[in-house]
Amino acid sequence: MFATLTIPEKPSPTDTLPRTTPVPTPSIALLRERIARIGRIHTRGPAERSIPFDIEAIDQALPTGGIRLGALHEAASAGADTEHAAAATLFIAGILARLDGPILWVLRQADLFAPGLAAAGLNPDRIVFAEAGKNVLPIMEEGLRHPGLCAVVAEHTGRLSLVASRRLQLAAEQTGILAILIRRSQSFDDPALNEPTAAATRWRIAALPSPPALPHAPDTPGLGRARWQLDLTRCRGGEPGTWITEACDATGRLGLVPDTADRSVMAA
Amino acid sequence: MRRVVSVWFPTLPTDRLWRPEEVGGPRQSPDLPLVTATSRIVVSANETAADLGLRPGMKVAQAQALVPGLQVCDADPAGDAALLHRLAQACLRYSPLAAMDLPDGLWIDVTGSTHLHGGETRLLRDLIARLKRQGLTARAAVADTPAVAHAVARFGAGGVVPPGSNVMGGFPIEALRLPNDVLANLRLMGFERVGPLSAAARAPLVRRFGPVLAARLDQAAGVLFEPIVPVTPEASIQARRTFVEPLLTAEAFSTVIATLIAEVCGELEKASLGARGLDLRFERVDGTVQAIRIGTARPVRDALHLGRMLDERLERVDPGPGVEAMHLIVTRADPLGFVQTASSLLENTSADIAPLVDRLINRLGEAAVYRIAPVESDVPERSVRIVPALTRPTGSWPADLPRPVRLLNPPQSIEAMALLPDHPPVAFTWRRVRHRVRHADGPERIAGEWWKRDREWSSVRDYFRVEDDSGRRFWVFRRGNGNDLETGDMRWFLHGLF
Repeated sequence: MFATLTIPEKPSPTDTLPRTTPVPTPSIALLRERIARIGRIHTRGPAERSIPFDIEAIDQALPTGGIRLGALHEAASAGADTEHAAAATLFIAGILARLDGPILWVLRQADLFAPGLAAAGLNPDRIVFAEAGKNVLPIMEEGLRHPGLCAVVAEHTGRLSLVASRRLQLAAEQTGILAILIRRSQSFDDPALNEPTAAATRWRIAALPSPPALPHAPDTPGLGRARWQLDLTRCRGGEPGTWITEACDATGRLGLVPDTADRSVMAA
Repeated sequence: MRRVVSVWFPTLPTDRLWRPEEVGGPRQSPDLPLVTATSRIVVSANETAADLGLRPGMKVAQAQALVPGLQVCDADPAGDAALLHRLAQACLRYSPLAAMDLPDGLWIDVTGSTHLHGGETRLLRDLIARLKRQGLTARAAVADTPAVAHAVARFGAGGVVPPGSNVMGGFPIEALRLPNDVLANLRLMGFERVGPLSAAARAPLVRRFGPVLAARLDQAAGVLFEPIVPVTPEASIQARRTFVEPLLTAEAFSTVIATLIAEVCGELEKASLGARGLDLRFERVDGTVQAIRIGTARPVRDALHLGRMLDERLERVDPGPGVEAMHLIVTRADPLGFVQTASSLLENTSADIAPLVDRLINRLGEAAVYRIAPVESDVPERSVRIVPALTRPTGSWPADLPRPVRLLNPPQSIEAMALLPDHPPVAFTWRRVRHRVRHADGPERIAGEWWKRDREWSSVRDYFRVEDDSGRRFWVFRRGNGNDLETGDMRWFLHGLF
């Protein structure tokens, strides 16, 4: 009944990624980050920090080596999931799980299920929900102007004008808060989702079928970790790209798809 | 749309005599007949006395002859008015505008604040129950204008008069609050009810009785605005500014708000208090009072924060012909000491989100800003509850349960094909789209909580996580365990999306 497909452990970065410099110990890295943070208080705004995906291919495509804090990002699901944006929400939850601090989540209607967020590593206790009805964008901007938050997520249905998105982007830049818009739409391929906005990145997350079952698997094989096709359709200062990854684990990290898994199945 | 509550105390003078603060009151049971009198004339009678036929205006000697053993106390209109004033102050809990309606009533302008008390019906019920606990008989009505509410509370059955309905026509002309000589003359002319009176030609009536009759008729019809003069809460921190020239613009109001807030915050600081609620009243040139009310989640005396919250509400104020005075009142204050702020450059101070929560609540209402807390329940709908945004996190979230990120509420019916008793569906149809199931995990059996509802004694849901051929993952369940129809009708539902 349950998954018989073996999923190899995610390779640790030290043995797969060739590094020229010695890996700094965590405490040193922590100290460096602290020093950098002190320096930033006096020199620049709070922006320019970013949170990496820890997948080299994706991080290299992004100009700041990860999702930049203090900027607006858009995420939408592809296909029939555009309406509920479940995959996009999990993707966002994975990013937020690796940040610290309170989050404001602006809803249009309350269909979010908090235990599902907890399963992606995002503790719902950190989130303050605001049901804003038609005022999603003004409430999001209000949250972005409050420096105590670490991120503001809003679920937006319909069009997003360049002016509105620029307002959000400017508010996020000023306070260094991560701003994320989950774009939802009633129709699958809503052209409104492809219109240009001031967002720094735009992601499209599509669910991919799980790999074929092993031989001798039951008629209906079990579920492994979900697979996503991540499309970076717009990226300011970077190139768009497409990657196939495994969905967020319990700590909010994406996984590389082990291509070898299929191969070994075929060989067998 | 304006909504006004009128409260009528039919036996206020006699009820008051039984209140604990009255030392010289009667000493026998409150059920015995009791009247108050001045100059040997009955002024008011309690319920028992009224049932025995005693009416205001009777001679005391006659009343005593009718009812042997009747208790008679001195009437004290000033004491009644003082009690009404205190009651009006207590009614400020419902709205910033509560006024005395002498000699025997109250008015509360509840425009836009009924939702805070669960709607108009529940507000009235709560109000009557509170007054009853104080030993006061009262009847209340809510209507579009003070005049209609006043009439329905006294001459109707009380309760909620729906917006826009015209109910005055059937009431006797006494409901119009006219002087006694005018009433007597109108009766002589044959007018008994308000309806024919308001339909009659206005000009001859006004010539005979003066403008008061026309004014009362217009107030009852809602044509003429009737201001109520609100009471101020007792001994609170407040600040007031009167202006030589009436103010009209939002910028001017903002400037005044800043000075008022600065004054109030100074007072709060002296008293080591922080404001939890503020009322700002705009006294207009035409005698009406408009008010905005804000509340904060924690005690605050940050002038900037309070000022901004008031500024955001300014758009709801109609300055009309101009505002001649503004009055800021701290309706609720809690202790707030001084806090030393951290000055370390290194440590991340945990930021306070209370100001943001205040402003969101100010804009969206209290019910729309919340946190979600886990509940020890396996039934998905009951596994979360909404808690106020600033409560401390309690409980722990289940980490290893496969739960969807979007929950459909209520679960949507799907048509599924599955082998009984415990196989996942082979395919299902949701919203006329057929999904073929390629991978599935389950069942996860969730039994009903019989200790909550008897109907759940034997009910069972079997949950499956399924993946269709496009890779989308769904959380579906079957009502029933697959064997026994008593556990459910074996229909399939889609409950969530991964």
